[in-house]
Amino acid sequence: MINPESQAHGVAIVARDLVKSYGETEAVRGVSFEVRAGEVVGFLGPNGAGKTTTVRMVSCFLPPTSGSAEVFGIDVRKRPREVKAMLGICPQEDNLDPDFDVLKNLLVYARYFDIPPDVARKRALELLEAVSLSDRLKSRVDALSGGMKRRLVLARALVNEPRVLILDEPTTGLDPQARHAIWTRIRALRATGVTVLLTTHYMEEASQLCDRVILVDHGKILLDGAPKDLIAREIGHTVIEAWNHSAEFAAAVRDLAGRVEEIGDRLFFYPEDAEGAERFFEERFPEQERQIRRATLEDVFLKRTGRALRN
Amino acid sequence: MNTIAELLRNISWRATRVWRRNVDVFLVTLPIEGLPAILEPILYLLAFGMGLGSMIGTLHYQGRVVDYLHFLAPGTVAVSILFWSYFEMTYASFIRMYYQKTFDAILATPLLVEDVILGEMLFAATKSLLAATVMLCVIAAFGLVSWPTGFLVLPIAVLAGFFFAGIGLVFTSMVTNISHFNVPMSLFVLPMFTFGGTFFPLEVLPSWAHAIAWCLPLTHVSFLVRSATLGIAHPMLPFSLAYLGIGSIVFGILALHRMKRRLVP
Repeated sequence: MINPESQAHGVAIVARDLVKSYGETEAVRGVSFEVRAGEVVGFLGPNGAGKTTTVRMVSCFLPPTSGSAEVFGIDVRKRPREVKAMLGICPQEDNLDPDFDVLKNLLVYARYFDIPPDVARKRALELLEAVSLSDRLKSRVDALSGGMKRRLVLARALVNEPRVLILDEPTTGLDPQARHAIWTRIRALRATGVTVLLTTHYMEEASQLCDRVILVDHGKILLDGAPKDLIAREIGHTVIEAWNHSAEFAAAVRDLAGRVEEIGDRLFFYPEDAEGAERFFEERFPEQERQIRRATLEDVFLKRTGRALRN
Repeated sequence: MNTIAELLRNISWRATRVWRRNVDVFLVTLPIEGLPAILEPILYLLAFGMGLGSMIGTLHYQGRVVDYLHFLAPGTVAVSILFWSYFEMTYASFIRMYYQKTFDAILATPLLVEDVILGEMLFAATKSLLAATVMLCVIAAFGLVSWPTGFLVLPIAVLAGFFFAGIGLVFTSMVTNISHFNVPMSLFVLPMFTFGGTFFPLEVLPSWAHAIAWCLPLTHVSFLVRSATLGIAHPMLPFSLAYLGIGSIVFGILALHRMKRRLVP
């Protein structure tokens, strides 16, 4: 549910032709997008695609080589302090203060935002309650598990009551329980009208959380849309994987479906008529090993970014 | 390129937040890290002062006869001022920047790089002031300080702390691996420590070595501190103050510039 009030604020983030180059290499090569207030938008892409660089430009960490970005109408280059005051940032790497305990981490962070100590304390306790760390207030950061650290980083990003939450790979390296705990928090935040911009390379994460995904590769935007629209447009409804197949089967499949991909020992095809495909198997290749499943964002991702390994 | 005007314009009172964060960490770690830091110069004082001092007895310093312990004591204060600032801005800052990503965390808030770096330098100067205060109390307890000129050690410590902070951060901005700090350690810190007017009067050196020694910042710090604790006015004092003052500004700005380039690629 999107809070109607925040929707009335209109656009949260606008980026126009963002470019970032490091000497010869162009990490981001002209990226433009908008995020509406209250929306949850995910940046997807292989490693090195330019997701993090783009997000870091929007959040005032990296000055763009060219192009511009605004957060709620404020230019990130001209007024970075004001922009950063509105943002809650969860970085990829945990950068908690190892010398402070859990509570102190939030209190010190709140000071950077000029939050008065009594307000900061109240808010920190509420946030730690919300991320289930209330019983660890005095724990040292080193003593926390990976999932706890992530939750603490998330709580820290919320200490200034941000209008936009920026999450750079929020669940990378977490176990399923910890991942779901983070997802639950993000959904709860979304319900309060916070705008969320996240990067991930977990397709399930993007499908679960995002109203819209932006697929990036080689520093450019490939696709931008709601997950189910992108799946329908790029793949269709159904994916069939077949393996241990004969040459005869491969030829027959090529006649049946328009696009067939052969990856390793597997054939992938995307029939528009799922029932027809099922009949085709029953009538001609009943013994063929196969899996018929619904198309996912992962199929879109692999179709558009290829299957070659990235470093 | 960052213009100097831009660097200075981006500085704000928010730097004190970074200073405060470091003070908070310092208070947490004080029981462990404070003891060796204070003990070290006291050991120098005891070993060199009582050990060597008993052999040397007195020496000639600026036309006066001074006993060795009175000569050495301000040298150990100067060394503390150097170490507390320099090590904080090299190893410790590097750990904050590189391993702990503390600067990244702070840069996600309304603070800018300039605030962070100035906050670091303020903290280093604070540590130098603290070191000087503690050392001054120690040597005063041995009866080695002339009052009230001895109090002048404190503002000298702040100025010198700022100077060494700037230099330390310039090194930090260049280093990609923490072991690289061994280079400025042996080329800069150790020569100063040994030849910076700390353990013996520079007048005994050949004139070329004497001249080189006066290029080292610690020489000026020892000179100023010693003048304060012995209560000796010297016509060269304003020159040493100017050296540290101008150097603090130059290295401070250079540190801002280089650290900004490093942190904001």
